[in-house]
Amino acid sequence: MTGTLLSVKDLNVVFRHGLKEIRAVNRVTFDMRRRETLVMAGESGSGKTVTSLAICGLLPEGAASVSGSARFAGEELIGMPEAQLRAFRGRRIAYIFQEPSSFLNPVYSIGEQIAEAVRLHHGAGRAAALREAVKLLEMSGISDAQRAARSYPHQLSGGMNQRAAISMALACRPELLIADEPTTSLDMTTEAEIIKLLMRLKQEAGFSLLFITHNLAIAEHIADKVAVMFKGELVEYREKEELFASPEHAHTKELLAAYEKVGKF
Amino acid sequence: MGKYILRRLAGIIPLLFGISLLSFAVINLAPGKPVALENSLNPRVSARALERLEKLYELDKPVYERYWHWLKRTAALDFGRSFSDNRPVIEKIAERLPVTIIINLLSLFLIFAAAIPLGVRCALRPDGMLDKVMTAAMFFLFAIPTFWLALLLMNFFGINLRWLPVSGITSLNYEYLSPVEKVIDLLRHLLLPVTVSSLGGIAAMARYMRSSMIEALAQPYIRMARAKGLTERSVLYKHAFRNAVMPLVTIMGLSLPGLVGGSVIFESVFAIPGAGRLFYEAVMMRDYPLIMAEVVIVSILTMTANLLADVSYAWIDPRLRDKR
Repeated sequence: MTGTLLSVKDLNVVFRHGLKEIRAVNRVTFDMRRRETLVMAGESGSGKTVTSLAICGLLPEGAASVSGSARFAGEELIGMPEAQLRAFRGRRIAYIFQEPSSFLNPVYSIGEQIAEAVRLHHGAGRAAALREAVKLLEMSGISDAQRAARSYPHQLSGGMNQRAAISMALACRPELLIADEPTTSLDMTTEAEIIKLLMRLKQEAGFSLLFITHNLAIAEHIADKVAVMFKGELVEYREKEELFASPEHAHTKELLAAYEKVGKF
Repeated sequence: MGKYILRRLAGIIPLLFGISLLSFAVINLAPGKPVALENSLNPRVSARALERLEKLYELDKPVYERYWHWLKRTAALDFGRSFSDNRPVIEKIAERLPVTIIINLLSLFLIFAAAIPLGVRCALRPDGMLDKVMTAAMFFLFAIPTFWLALLLMNFFGINLRWLPVSGITSLNYEYLSPVEKVIDLLRHLLLPVTVSSLGGIAAMARYMRSSMIEALAQPYIRMARAKGLTERSVLYKHAFRNAVMPLVTIMGLSLPGLVGGSVIFESVFAIPGAGRLFYEAVMMRDYPLIMAEVVIVSILTMTANLLADVSYAWIDPRLRDKR
């Protein structure tokens, strides 16, 4: 179970804005093994999110053109028809995003939204799926899971919503979890809790984790490997220890310097 | 929620008072009197007879006194008798109201049934071919005066093509038709009026639905829904649609008075014996009791429908449920 799970090669994403073309992602190449944690770091607009969305064809159709290769468990995802891609989304590759409160649908209860994923991929009945949703919420460390399942996103805190989003992502036991700045909108204490939770669930369920952040401090805690992105390119991609010991690229040094400055407080 | 409904119901009473006061003032300020008709039709009527007539209708008393009398009677649910034929006003309205309500409900249904899919379709490909054609068509429909369009359609379908009847609500031989034929006859008569009264609403609602759907589709939870692996159908009709349709319910509630007011125009154009035309006739004859009763009843109906729209809004949006 330690083979390569995801292999991204020469991935390009170009956005067209009228006549202007913007290269958001340029020849990005990296591999992820099973159970590995890859932290992708970089400043806002460096192409981290776009890379992660391109892998599963989640970029707006028509506006973005994606080329290159992303093989997941041996299957090429770039250029795969929508209907086939859908079988990967949620089921084998799951996502959580930055603002849990806006990524959850305001008009459906938490339980319903988790149960939807369960029903979709496991074909469970309504009641069984709801019971499973409550169980998933408990696994994500929510004490009163029954009540949380009945609640709507606006009734819960950001941290609770993120736990709900994590439950939803893990509903189908994915092989890869892509977490796009999942703690950026949370306060420090909650951030630490959510990261601890993710690492515990990763231990238990054994998925690979692609963690996107602009905060290298998180990388130091959780990463096996670190990839640094800068202006659409992957400028450094190495084992964590190596990277922290001897950063090569100027941007990595900048990020590390910023981290150390904050670290001194 | 129950408290909220009670509060809203209580709010109807002062509103009704204001509406009736204004209507009473306006109709009395307007030139012409109920007795003018008898007067001008019969030039030999004597001054004394006129005076007796005025006294009979209580027109010799000042406006505020008459309003007070009217208010007291109406509070006891007595709407009085019509000036024109001395029949109880409530009876005349009860005869005419069902047709108007049916036409308005059908229009409302047609507006929703046509505008929502149209708006959604346009929102899927903004600035696509369909969207451009629909946008042009909608502004065109929005700008056309209803009564004029009604006359054009009557001329085309009723007189040129002879497909549809041009006026009334039943054919002359209605009594002799079988039940099935009766329904068909009714529908044939209702087709043009219902279409005409909904066109403007469809145009406006489809525009609202379009922009509302475009906005919903840009929300983060749509990306989440796609990332979950849901089919495009589920993403659109479960996750985006319910959020997009909410503002429409409010707009619908707000546009109800316009729909009801429109009844006055198209019922006159199509010679439909409904409450709208009754109101028009009452105004023309300065039949004060009938005018006032119609104003009150139609106001109550409109406000109830409005309340219903607001309650259903809270029912679809859980965020509002908590606030009230």
